[in-house]
Amino acid sequence: MAVLGAILIASGVFFLIAGTIGYLRLPDFFTRMHAIGKSDTLGALLSLLGVACLAGWSLLALKFVIVALFIFLANPTATHAIARAGLLSGLVPWTRKDGE
Amino acid sequence: MIAFVAVMCVFLGAAIIATLWAVVMRPNVFDRIIGIGAVGTHTTVLLAFTGVLFRRLDAFVDIALTYALLNFIVTLAVAKYITTRKAA
Repeated sequence: MAVLGAILIASGVFFLIAGTIGYLRLPDFFTRMHAIGKSDTLGALLSLLGVACLAGWSLLALKFVIVALFIFLANPTATHAIARAGLLSGLVPWTRKDGE
Repeated sequence: MIAFVAVMCVFLGAAIIATLWAVVMRPNVFDRIIGIGAVGTHTTVLLAFTGVLFRRLDAFVDIALTYALLNFIVTLAVAKYITTRKAA
């Protein structure tokens, strides 16, 4: 169980750091949100499930699974709300210019 | 296992500091909001890791759950607030 938890935590932290790199490097609001919205959701889900594995079979592990499920539902909702706000307020999605 | 989780905490802390630096530096308000949301998600995971480090998972799981709820509500409220605002 500890080995499984360590593998889950390592992969989750990998996805969280990948999302951060995407947020720092990508050119535009919508592309940055594309990186953040999906990588962070998967990374948090994997990390919290890994911590639940470290906690063993108990009510504590169930609570961590509940936190992970809540993030799994809430994070895409928040991302959608901000994307809608950005689109409604007139942000234009980034496109490749001629000659690039 | 404690040392492994401590190393993961250092990685997450570096990611949080880099994201906060970008949030401070960027002019666009929407960029800032998704940055703050990302910092909140990272912090939820970091709180769970802190519970492993201190061997007090039973206390830290409640803090992590509260932080995740607050992060979600803040993001939704600000998105609602700036919907009709002109893009910077």
